[in-house]
Amino acid sequence: MNLLVCISHVPDTTAKINFDAAGTALDATGVQFVINPYDEFSLTKALHLKEAHGGTITVLNVGGPETEPTLRKALAIGADQAIRINATPTDAITVAKELKNHIAANAYDLILCGQESIDYNGQQVPAMLAALLSLPFVNACVDLAIDGSAATATGEIDGGHSTYAGALPMVIGGKKGLVEEKDLRIPNMRGIMTARSKPLQVLEATENDAATRAAKFVKPAAKSAVKLVDSVDELVHLLHNEAKAI
Amino acid sequence: MSIIVFVEDWNNLFKKASFEAVSYAKSWAELAGTTVTAVTSSGAADPAALAAFGADRILTTTLAATPFGMAQQLATITNGSAGMVIAGTSLGRSIAPALAALSGGALSTNTTDTPSSVSPVTVERGAFSSKGIETIELIGGLPMVSFVPNSVGIQERAGEGLVENLDATGTDLLRITEQSIASGKVALPEAEVVVSAGRGLKGPEHWSMIEELASVLGAATACSKPVSDIGWRPHSEHVGQTGIQVNPNLYIAIGISGAIQHLAGVSASKTIVVVNTDAEAPFFKAADYGIVGDAFEVVPQLVNAMRAFKAGQ
Ligand SMILES: Cc1cc2nc3c(=O)[nH]c(=O)nc-3n(C[C@H](O)[C@H](O)[C@H](O)COP(=O)(O)OP(=O)(O)OC[C@H]3O[C@@H](n4cnc5c(N)ncnc54)[C@H](O)[C@@H]3O)c2cc1C
Ligand SMILES: Nc1ncnc2c1ncn2[C@@H]1O[C@H](COP(=O)(O)O)[C@@H](O)[C@H]1O
Repeated sequence: MNLLVCISHVPDTTAKINFDAAGTALDATGVQFVINPYDEFSLTKALHLKEAHGGTITVLNVGGPETEPTLRKALAIGADQAIRINATPTDAITVAKELKNHIAANAYDLILCGQESIDYNGQQVPAMLAALLSLPFVNACVDLAIDGSAATATGEIDGGHSTYAGALPMVIGGKKGLVEEKDLRIPNMRGIMTARSKPLQVLEATENDAATRAAKFVKPAAKSAVKLVDSVDELVHLLHNEAKAI
Repeated sequence: MSIIVFVEDWNNLFKKASFEAVSYAKSWAELAGTTVTAVTSSGAADPAALAAFGADRILTTTLAATPFGMAQQLATITNGSAGMVIAGTSLGRSIAPALAALSGGALSTNTTDTPSSVSPVTVERGAFSSKGIETIELIGGLPMVSFVPNSVGIQERAGEGLVENLDATGTDLLRITEQSIASGKVALPEAEVVVSAGRGLKGPEHWSMIEELASVLGAATACSKPVSDIGWRPHSEHVGQTGIQVNPNLYIAIGISGAIQHLAGVSASKTIVVVNTDAEAPFFKAADYGIVGDAFEVVPQLVNAMRAFKAGQ
């Protein structure tokens, strides 16, 4: 199988978020970047599929040179080759179009994305990509089985699950459940060594028409100090009369 | 040049978020000086009911089965309109980007307020898992907004309410083979009150008191990540940066320490209550009200106090 995993490069979950002086972009000073946590589930699923069906795993990122360590980490975890499309991702549609251009020119059987990037929380790229390519798409995918050229995928829906059947190629937005937390792999020494010699190809970007513009970023207002109460009756009273929450 | 709003139904009944979506479209339409056109399934029980929230035209159509098919149908309707609103339910979050890809790509997801301007359409949205608020301008193609359920609220403002049937084509690329929805439970993303518990509860057998509290409050239940990882609760209840993000009116956290990744998914809640034995637990810094105490004593008392309060209402 020819498997593609789309990787986004995001601040670590413990990162303190600050914005630049103009308030128009993230201030990346001191921020550690990682593989988007949702994409780790998709990458591990790709490894499982390769183990079961054979094939090649390509990891792809649309981003600047600063994302290469993240792609190398994906190679160290077990991907066979990496591609970086050299662009500053401005918005979801430009990223989706870059991905589409590459995928349309290459025969992938399955395109595994994450449900959402934890930076801009867009939850847009995978569904846009699938629509641009007219490929089937399953969001919040928690189960996926491949049988020849057919796939069965289960996605979370509000309060339950929906299972779909369709033909490959297919796009999924993966999350925990696709594989279990304990199955996630961390790079070992051998992986890190071999990753250095695996191919990381840089392609030039072709799209630059953003449809949205980030005008400003601010941090949410700080909470005032907590009110500690001694009794549940007092709590109920405050929730009703002060917070108007019940 | 109407504002189009997609109105989701489930088992032929409108979802709460659907009324909120129509209210959202009405606020936008008032700012833009235009009308609201709602699009819904022809099976929906009472389309005319949408007029009370501001719908001027209500188009009913036989909806495709999957989000992509629905997005194609909506694309034939939104052509030439002034904007599009979709609630950020799980269905909405699959339809909106597909429709955006077919109509220019100007979509704001995770939106938390109604437009402050319409030239260009400007809204606020949550970013960096609620650690940031982004002001975003929709500059190319059809301006589209998917909003966080519960963030703008339902408002009653009358619209004309003309109901018409319409044929719209869309192709499903997938076949649904099975669908299961837990009945009688409040869905997490739409819940106004969420009762959530963590590893402090010691084991899955202690969740009955959490479910009891949730049922008294009409709340959804949630949990911290390790609790779903160990299998005490289903994955679908895991909230936080890598789980479901919630913004209810009231979030009650019981036996949860308040790690940064947990807070990232819940800090947008309007009021936060924390019950924890450890007065130093980081969650107290993010809370509005707190009780330093043992969940096994406090929660049963709270169930009784809430039940008494509800009975007196
Ligand atoms: C990449 C990554 C992503 C993550 N994403 C998430 C996420 O999305 N959501 C999430 O929740 N976590 C997430 N985490 C995990 C997070 O860091 C914490 O480990 C987790 O939130 C802790 O869960 P907890 O509060 O239930 O458990 P603990 O940290 O063990 O806290 C239990 C709390 O219960 C209290 N307690 C004990 N006994 C009682 C009692 N009898 N009564 C009352 N209180 C009691 C203790 O004082 C303590 O504060 C993530 C971690 C990583 C590395
Ligand atoms: N710049 C990018 N390069 C490659 N893949 C991306 C990029 N941005 C988003 N994706 C993919 O799309 C998923 C959802 O991202 P988003 O729509 O940004 O929330 C991610 O989990 C990735 O799989």
